[in-house]
Amino acid sequence: MSSERLELPGHLPAAYRVAGVSSFTEFLQGAAPHLLPGNRPVTSYGGELAPHGTTIVAIACSDGVVMAGDRRATMGNLIASRDIEKVHPADAYSCIGIAGTAGVGLELMRLFQVELEHYEKIEGTVLSLDGKANRLATMIRNNLGAAMQGLAVIPLFAGFDLDATDPARVGRLFSFDVAGGVYEEQEYCSIGSGSLFAKSSLKKIYRPGVASAEAGRMAVEALYDAADDDTATGGPDLLRKIFPVVMTATANGTHRLSDEETRALAEQVVAARAAHPGV
Amino acid sequence: MAMQFYASPEQIMRDRSEFARKNIARGRNVVVLSYADGVLFVAETISKALHKVSEIYDRIGFAAVGRYNEFENLRAAGVRMADLRGYSYDRRDVTGRAIATAFAQTLGSLFTDSSKPYEVEICIAEVGKTAAADELYRVTYDGQTQDEPGYVAMGGQADAISTVMKQRHDPEMTLTDAMSLAVEALGSVGGEGGKPRTLEANQLEVAVLDRGRVGRKFRRITGNALTPLLALTKTTDTDGGPEPEAPAKPPAKETKPAKAAKPSAGDTAASSMTSRADAAAASGVAEEDLDADDVLDAAEAPAGGAEAPADETDETTAPDRDSDQGE
Repeated sequence: MSSERLELPGHLPAAYRVAGVSSFTEFLQGAAPHLLPGNRPVTSYGGELAPHGTTIVAIACSDGVVMAGDRRATMGNLIASRDIEKVHPADAYSCIGIAGTAGVGLELMRLFQVELEHYEKIEGTVLSLDGKANRLATMIRNNLGAAMQGLAVIPLFAGFDLDATDPARVGRLFSFDVAGGVYEEQEYCSIGSGSLFAKSSLKKIYRPGVASAEAGRMAVEALYDAADDDTATGGPDLLRKIFPVVMTATANGTHRLSDEETRALAEQVVAARAAHPGV
Repeated sequence: MAMQFYASPEQIMRDRSEFARKNIARGRNVVVLSYADGVLFVAETISKALHKVSEIYDRIGFAAVGRYNEFENLRAAGVRMADLRGYSYDRRDVTGRAIATAFAQTLGSLFTDSSKPYEVEICIAEVGKTAAADELYRVTYDGQTQDEPGYVAMGGQADAISTVMKQRHDPEMTLTDAMSLAVEALGSVGGEGGKPRTLEANQLEVAVLDRGRVGRKFRRITGNALTPLLALTKTTDTDGGPEPEAPAKPPAKETKPAKAAKPSAGDTAASSMTSRADAAAASGVAEEDLDADDVLDAAEAPAGGAEAPADETDETTAPDRDSDQGE
């Protein structure tokens, strides 16, 4: 009988009416599997064809987290984009940054945003921060085949933990590996081609218990250092007025700093370096 | 050979209609109405966990009466359909009409094909840029769909409630007036000896699609936000004179002075807000005459930006959590 009903025009198919599924990805597997990023066959190495996004940093602070990303995407030795945005809100209290193949990364990020919103609407409650991180790990794991073909994506996930019992640990960071491993990070973390330099920079300037306002500047400075030594990371572009994307997630929810605010941060960092730029 | 009884299609449909209608009529009622700043949903319910009113998508809300398991099944299907459309096209491409149509097709074929029709009645509301652009669809158990601009009343006493709504509903009314009307309309039925009942916050499930919000416009009004709003509607009632027999559609503005004269009600409301709201109130809202909209804006202001798309549900926000669950 149900198969007869499926043929009626306009009728919601069976996959829409399954009880107990609160994951959008699981629903897509039944209703529209072609829309899942991991479900597409990649026949040969495609890594050099697609633009790559680069450095993301995240810092845990006393009132939440700060995440920042540079604006460059590269394709081999070319700059594919000067103003790509790689840091986005995942939901009201967390943000996600993407490094690796830009197209797959942005698609994955969008899917993750829908996944969290979908769960919230179906279940009437939000996932725990750990639940969100694990969910993201599953998505990365599903992309493993494409990753082996050169279309790897690595996210950085950070959020304000609504369930935190220790007020000093409300901001939490999670990094991932290409096989779907999820690792909780302390204090600060960075991913992407310039991450080595960004982390070295943060190692010197980070202080535990820093507030998000100051951590924003630290993040911009770390990106500046990454751009200084990594060609794939873009520095603040004062001519074109393109500055890193800086987002915070605090008790007030996620917030993206305005262009004016990030410009002020970038100018501070540049001015501070002008005296002794290093060699 | 077994004897085949003949029943005419008219008879079968009549029996099914009667069955569905009878069971829907047992439940409590829901009203959905347009007001100046959005669409208001008010449901009479005793459960805090089993919602009759929910979010479907950015501009689209859902309200239902009848059997919980059946409308919950449709609601989840609606959310899935909306999320899939929004994901594969764009968020703006998800419309209330498409969802109402899908529900109608599903309910229509369930009504004729299955051994038992769904005992539900559903309202899909899509908030527009103005109250005139709001779309309210009522989908009944047999798949009939009506576009009912202004307001929808559903449940066992829907007709009586509609009568009250028809007399007094004005799409340009304020949230306080809309709330006052909704509570009064719901309370106008079911009282002992036909007397009106007074509904309290713990008997109501309230939500709005807030026209002014960016992104997801659905927002529940619970606990600390609902109590002062209800208190304001009561103040409005007593100061506004005799309501039910008053001439149809009293202008919404008339109630403004009543509210302005009661700043203390607003102040109490603001002080019972969470720390976040206090911060917002301190940043200017507290200086003005607080009406219900201000109280709500104060509660929401810090997270109302474009970057907090998922912040509408009050119970998901950190400070409100405990108070809501304790309610």
